[in-house]
Amino acid sequence: MSTRTPGGRAPAGRSPLPLRPLPVGDHGLLVELEDAAAVEAFHAELLRRAAAGTLPAVREIVPAARTVLLDGLADPGRLAAELPGWDIPPATAGDRPAVEIPVRYDGPDLADVAALWDTTPEDVVRIHSGTEFHVAFCGFAPGFGYLTGLPERHHVPRRATPRTKVPVGSVALAGPYTGVYPRSSPGGWQLIGTSDVDLWDPDRDPAALFSPGTRVRFIPVSTESQEA
Amino acid sequence: MTDRAFCVVRAGALTTVQDLGRAGHAHLGVPRAGALDEPAHRLANRLVGNPETSATLETTLTGCAVRVRADTVAAVTGAPCPVTVDGRPAPWGAPVRVPAGAVLDAGPATAGLRSYLAFAGGVDAEPVLGSRAADLLSGLGPAPLSDGGVLPLGTPYGPPASVDAVPRSGLPVAELVLPCVLGPRDDWFTEAGLRTLATGRFRVSSASNRIGLRTEGPALERRKDGELPSEGMPLGALQVPPNGLPVLFLNDHPTTGGYPVVGVVPERFLAAAAQAAPGTPVRFVPRRSRASG
Repeated sequence: MSTRTPGGRAPAGRSPLPLRPLPVGDHGLLVELEDAAAVEAFHAELLRRAAAGTLPAVREIVPAARTVLLDGLADPGRLAAELPGWDIPPATAGDRPAVEIPVRYDGPDLADVAALWDTTPEDVVRIHSGTEFHVAFCGFAPGFGYLTGLPERHHVPRRATPRTKVPVGSVALAGPYTGVYPRSSPGGWQLIGTSDVDLWDPDRDPAALFSPGTRVRFIPVSTESQEA
Repeated sequence: MTDRAFCVVRAGALTTVQDLGRAGHAHLGVPRAGALDEPAHRLANRLVGNPETSATLETTLTGCAVRVRADTVAAVTGAPCPVTVDGRPAPWGAPVRVPAGAVLDAGPATAGLRSYLAFAGGVDAEPVLGSRAADLLSGLGPAPLSDGGVLPLGTPYGPPASVDAVPRSGLPVAELVLPCVLGPRDDWFTEAGLRTLATGRFRVSSASNRIGLRTEGPALERRKDGELPSEGMPLGALQVPPNGLPVLFLNDHPTTGGYPVVGVVPERFLAAAAQAAPGTPVRFVPRRSRASG
């Protein structure tokens, strides 16, 4: 579909962001974008417009891997028609400092991940803790963030047989993502470590440590120093 | 101690505290939750003089019974069921005075699945993110009721409104007809697959719950194989897992998911879905979105 602005003119110095709005019921739009960076840029633009009061009233804005869902719109068709004309700057890292997550790299799949990366467990720790991640999107459970940042050569498949119980605080890898389990649940991700961090606390503001766009760093801590 | 509370005498198969849910947190992975038969929840509150945001009890199939510790006014709506106060018959769908120490019993549903018990002042459970709704997917909000449990009641708002006609919303039907707006991923299905959606004879599966109404019937044929990157899932989404059988996402559904959504059922039809017992025939009526012109 066309991504030109009305009249065919692109805003000076920047091409419009290619995007495709798809209908979701009578009051929603799923906006499909090219990649995670475009999702982040578009999501940031939505939040800017919402803060400025220029976005139509909407109940939910849900960024995900390649899409942003807008639900609860009075007239999704009108917004869909407007979107290709938006001038959307690339996402920036933002001013907020990265959230630091202390990790004991003691997961049962650390050696398997090292083998998949064709390196040593020590190197997995060095690479994982040396990467700046950010929360691409949330879901699965309150407080669970899908963190991107690892280069493609370090993407790993899910385990062939999911575990029936992944312990709370497990730091895990799957596909392009890293995540931390906010509570114990079944799961097929590769477990490389454990954190005591409280990802979700309804009595805290904000309740979720991870929200879309949050920058994250994992800080290795020795397993001995964490033993109570 | 204050006696504005009730004790659970019979929790039933599944009784939860519900209100209008916690919208606006889907981007954090927080489901909407809230009463599945929202019109019945709103009505129960109105009958006892509460705002519609007050928390009620949502029962499942077998009802529940509670002993109130103070004089109160209660009302039962949703799935029709025998209502008694200390064993004496009381009206369904109308305000009922329950004296301190008496047991209000909402019996098994005679049709449909979910009844709503409202008390003047509302169930005063601890709110989480502004809602008292129990969310069974993520475990937010009060735990499902258990025998012997005690829950506080709020202060009554005033005398109950006078009622002379009770709309019978969300009542069970012989056949569940679900209009749905195609998309966003109807292009993942073949023409034959979409025809199956429109003409197939589906039934409500017994595996249904507050997360989703599962269906049994003919599988929808897919055009595209493989995985869909995780994306936002609205309330009413008809998600189609690899077995080809649509799952209608209800209030406790996950906020993102990786299976294609063939269509979305508008929210006003979800109360009927919440009352459809396992085995109820289901017919989908797909149409194109108004937004796509």
